[in-house]
Amino acid sequence: MSPINLRTIAGKELRDRMRNHWVLAIALVFTAFSLIIAYFGGAQQGTIGFRSLEFTITSLVSLVIYLIPLIGLLLGFDAIVAERERGSLDLLLTLPLTPLDLLLGKYLGLAAALALSTLLGFALVAGLLYIQFGNAALFHFGGFMLSALLLGMAFLSIAMLISVIARDRTRASGMAVAAWFAFVLVFDLLLLGVMVAGEGRWGGGALAYLLLLNPADVFRILNLFSAEQAAATYGLTQLLPPALARTPVMGAVMAAWIILPLMIASWRFKR
Amino acid sequence: MAASPTEAAAPAIELRGVRKHFGALCAVDGIDLRVRAGEILGLIGRNGAGKSTLFKLMLGLEQPTEGEVHVAGVRVGSPRFRDTRRRIGYLPENIALYDNLSGLETLRFFARLKGTPLHQCDTRLAEAGLSEAASRPVREYSKGMRQRLGLAQALLGSPRLLFFDEPTNGLDPQAIRDFYRRIHALRDGGATIVISSHILAELQQRVDRLAIIADGRLRASGSVAELRSRTAMPVVFALELAPGDIAAAAASLAGIENLGVTVTDRGLDLACPAAQRATVLEAVLRLGPRLRNLQINEPSLEDMFFGLER
Repeated sequence: MSPINLRTIAGKELRDRMRNHWVLAIALVFTAFSLIIAYFGGAQQGTIGFRSLEFTITSLVSLVIYLIPLIGLLLGFDAIVAERERGSLDLLLTLPLTPLDLLLGKYLGLAAALALSTLLGFALVAGLLYIQFGNAALFHFGGFMLSALLLGMAFLSIAMLISVIARDRTRASGMAVAAWFAFVLVFDLLLLGVMVAGEGRWGGGALAYLLLLNPADVFRILNLFSAEQAAATYGLTQLLPPALARTPVMGAVMAAWIILPLMIASWRFKR
Repeated sequence: MAASPTEAAAPAIELRGVRKHFGALCAVDGIDLRVRAGEILGLIGRNGAGKSTLFKLMLGLEQPTEGEVHVAGVRVGSPRFRDTRRRIGYLPENIALYDNLSGLETLRFFARLKGTPLHQCDTRLAEAGLSEAASRPVREYSKGMRQRLGLAQALLGSPRLLFFDEPTNGLDPQAIRDFYRRIHALRDGGATIVISSHILAELQQRVDRLAIIADGRLRASGSVAELRSRTAMPVVFALELAPGDIAAAAASLAGIENLGVTVTDRGLDLACPAAQRATVLEAVLRLGPRLRNLQINEPSLEDMFFGLER
């Protein structure tokens, strides 16, 4: 692995996303949605404005759960397959760089674009929360932003795997959409279905551990403030044993979700 | 196939018993080929003959199912081959460049990955005649400009081994002439060049040696003259004569051995082995003022190709 190759490829990917205004567009989407959701999130309860830090973050978690995985998948699903389809992959692979240089370089560049747009997008809400709630708000909101970033990187990593195994861009886009449905919509529904059908007798505590198989659930758990809040707002995540619901453990699980798909992608790419 | 004396020196590229299977399909079927340092080899064959797979095997983009490929003395696919890539330049067919980068940025991108000093990019752009378009995005380039930029990319780092796949696609006649002038200069400087092309007439006068590939096999290799003698295709003299002179001219040429005489609507066509070309020419010139026009047709590369690929 060569740092110069990584920097060159990552730099090109980031520059591409800056030039085609992708970073700016996503940042604006995040800014608009996060402001609306944070400010009007309590409208159903008859109040508007920043009610509390917990409430604001809880509202934004729902936004992130839907939006960030989608953005991560859209960003990376064609990273390799598009190069293969247009014929530039062969040229790149005749240069003195390894497939891992190319894969990781692209990942890092796209991750930087994702990070930049996410941080820019949430910056305004962070500023408003700081004015309203002081330093503590920045600490908690910073943690939320970091977890959102990790979630995006996990889905970007899944997207890179898709981009390596898909035969063409059309199939890759289909796989990316399927992955989004599976992780964001279907997974929890299936777990809940199993729980309800078994009236809580099937699987015992093991069902709770299945949550770790979904980075979106890991992100939810990372943003729990309390067990009561979990019970009230997240449904399935209340199943999680307290020993697992610790930030370092969940952080490690999220890191595994970033690293493992990339490792599989690298293994497939080398073949 | 036995190596000719010129191939006996340490080869820049060597394929030994190379086979490549894709499932049940055998794309390359036991090819032995040596390309000596400082020569231009033209690789010709129909679509699907195995040229592209052979290119990929030489570039390390595919691994042979059987046999070995050595480039610059290093086995392709071995850990050492990564460094060898620095000495390789590759221009793929229909090169796909990055539309949103400018010409200069494109070259800088590839130069960084090749470990080439960045100042070389300006020189290569100037050589390609693209200095004025250096800061324009590649999406605004014509096909010919893209091809020239692709060539500039391939020449970054002054590579000793160059692989060109259909390199003159999209180039105008002047640019084609400039391209071959350039690669001859590179060859004279010691670079080894492999060119794959469908335009046989273009290669005929411009490569040192040809390799004819058909059905994944090497059917023949050698210089144009060697291939010509191997095919034993006749040289054809097309004589333009007055109608009243045709019979007398045919009679005066009748004594020449191995000469095929055909009456045409303009005069006579005389077909003879290449070795007899001087004797026939002498006899033809003796026709004097009866000869209105003369055209000597050597067998073209296309004729040889169809003769040898079977």
